[in-house]
Amino acid sequence: MIYFDNSATTKPYPEVLDTYRTAAEQFFANPSSIHKLGGRSEELLKKSREQAAQLLRVKPQEVIFTSGGTEGNNFAIKGTAFAFRHRGKHLMTTRVEHPASLRAFEQLEALGFDVTYLEVDRNGRISLDDVKKALREDTILVSVIHVNNELGTIQPVKEIGQLLKDRPKTLFHVDHVQGFTKVPLDFHEANIDLCTISGHKIHGPKGTGILYKREGIMLSPLLAGGGQEFGFRSGTENLPAIAAFVKAMRLSLERAQNGGIARLRNMTDRLRQALASHPLLSFNTPSGASAPHILNLTVKGIRSEVLVHALDRQGIYVSTKSACSSKTQEPSAVLLATGLSEEDASHAIRISLSFENTMDEVESFLDIFMQTIDKLETVME
Amino acid sequence: MQYDSMILTFGEMALKGKNRNSFTDLLYKHVKKQLAPFPDVDIKKHFDHIEVALNGRPAEDVAERLRHVFGIHSMRCAISVENDLEKIQEAALKVVRAENAEARTFKISAKRNNKQFPINSMELNHKVGSFILRNTEHLKVDVHHPDLEIKIEVRNTKTRIYGKTFAGEGGMPAGSAGKVLLLLSGGIDSPVAAYQMMRRGATVEAIHFHSPPYTSDRARQKVVDLAEKLQEYAAVDLKLHIVPFTEAQIAIRDNVPENYRMTIMRRVMLRIAEKVAEKRGALALVTGESLGQVASQTLESMNTINEVTNLPVLRPLVAMDKLDIIQIAKKIDTYEISIRPYEDCCTLFLPRQPKTKPDRAHANRFEAYLSVSELVDQAIGGIETVDVGRIQDDLSSLL
Repeated sequence: MIYFDNSATTKPYPEVLDTYRTAAEQFFANPSSIHKLGGRSEELLKKSREQAAQLLRVKPQEVIFTSGGTEGNNFAIKGTAFAFRHRGKHLMTTRVEHPASLRAFEQLEALGFDVTYLEVDRNGRISLDDVKKALREDTILVSVIHVNNELGTIQPVKEIGQLLKDRPKTLFHVDHVQGFTKVPLDFHEANIDLCTISGHKIHGPKGTGILYKREGIMLSPLLAGGGQEFGFRSGTENLPAIAAFVKAMRLSLERAQNGGIARLRNMTDRLRQALASHPLLSFNTPSGASAPHILNLTVKGIRSEVLVHALDRQGIYVSTKSACSSKTQEPSAVLLATGLSEEDASHAIRISLSFENTMDEVESFLDIFMQTIDKLETVME
Repeated sequence: MQYDSMILTFGEMALKGKNRNSFTDLLYKHVKKQLAPFPDVDIKKHFDHIEVALNGRPAEDVAERLRHVFGIHSMRCAISVENDLEKIQEAALKVVRAENAEARTFKISAKRNNKQFPINSMELNHKVGSFILRNTEHLKVDVHHPDLEIKIEVRNTKTRIYGKTFAGEGGMPAGSAGKVLLLLSGGIDSPVAAYQMMRRGATVEAIHFHSPPYTSDRARQKVVDLAEKLQEYAAVDLKLHIVPFTEAQIAIRDNVPENYRMTIMRRVMLRIAEKVAEKRGALALVTGESLGQVASQTLESMNTINEVTNLPVLRPLVAMDKLDIIQIAKKIDTYEISIRPYEDCCTLFLPRQPKTKPDRAHANRFEAYLSVSELVDQAIGGIETVDVGRIQDDLSSLL
């Protein structure tokens, strides 16, 4: 099996599952219970939060555990809009956000908020000038995806953050779900107020994530209740999953630091180099300022579903656009936003790697992939 | 950008005369211990600084590990090149480009320790400065108030070009000032008092009075957590002595008039602390008391309490305002722990109206109703000592 669909989700590390199991067995008590067992759970929760904070280089009280990327984005966006609606009604984002952000903005539009969607260039990138021009007196939020989930394009997050530096009334949210561990991001340097990350994209369990919330920002909670997570996210903590997720953070960041990012880059470079001259293929992922683990390409004349299924029969797993929307028939909105034709957009596939993939897999993939498109090409004709 | 070394400069330590070598040794050992997780870095002692060769390790990671090491005044990132003008210019340009994107003005401050180097400092400033002007767009020279100052040091074998600087903790190296025993409650003040003492080089052990079941496991855990924060500043494993205090408190409640309970309780605590200090080789006791902060912290109260011990009772916060104490507590990350709402033994059986001006005569008279030495011995017999440096292992192996 060659699993190249890591932007959809990753396989949990075995150590992560060990932690999940141990924590689920031994730390089952509710961290809010005042007895000793509850105390032990609370202790594990606290240590998990401290370790997460240390890995993100933030304070423990700035780490809010969530159920993942969708919740993080929804919470950051709606939580800001609801909390600061008296300050202003203008929100800004891009055309190429993940649906977890886009749909949240649409909900807010229905409630009377005014949303600016920044257009992108052929590479899927917004321009700083556009951000500048669209900023208004009543802008309360700018929300940008750091690494695009379909293209791998990196947005100029640091520069946007600098731009917003002297606008204390405009919060800056970054969707860092695809970038985390693969594309380093210094929250402080980029002046980020809110940042969403997700566990299952970094070999952690599903249903885990963090919203980084800079100290002092009072968001309106989406989930009201028992006051867990400093009152910002009620609900009994999913402790085994949290501990396992934090372990995955540590392991992934260690792998990233020990040459993992360079290895990812070598593998995508190798894919590019081997595929570049093929007459049917064109790359949608830009070669500059893109993540090291994503390569999106269009295969002329072969519909992406057909190709995905053909590869799947040979044990190779890639995807058509983002997994979250790949069951609908329409071509990818992200690719269309970059100016790709409907035809080209519906013939795109995404290869996404992880620290677990190897160059050998890349070579086997290339062999099988080439054969497959040659075969399909003759059939299609 | 990747620097190749980090230079740790000494603060006050540099002013010391004959003892300086032993201070440098202590600091060196502490730095070495903190950087043990990074086997790839090399640490070298020099006369007036310690040099950490990063060997590929990001400067931020090293700075993070050394952030709490007392005795380090600053951590200056540097790249080293040969003593060659072109190489120096290139390196300086690299640093300028990496360091501060918003800087509009800069200044070069060169120092030529190696007088064999043919270009003197003034000339070097000029030559490197003009090279940077030629190769950047928005920068201008401002020798008085530059946004960015690039320091260059021409040494015997190599030239160092300094970039980013991280602030160190300052103070005196851990272990340079002997041992003290801290009375650690769960409150805001005592951890700050410990920090102040550690900053002066003292080795701290802590003693905590615990009254189960009236005080909970979480109150105990809170103190352990505070001690763990303090551990980050220590060069050796911090010991926390947890004293079972329930019996003593009940005896005091049953035998002492309400308004003197607080005073007598403190006197008993101090007697216990003194004995522990003697056993552990501590030369003084430390408390977080601040004059006038609460009823028990009046001069009369301190006078009455101090009577029971011969050891110096150091009160580093005695003349500090609460707000300043809170500020330090926030800086050392103990504030959030201290405000957790669990009851500690000091608030237990607390009189509604504690005596604000107790005196020694009354205290002695009331103590006559208690078998003080028995209570003290009993409490000491039940002490549980936690080795704070080693406790987290079972949980951290999960994470």
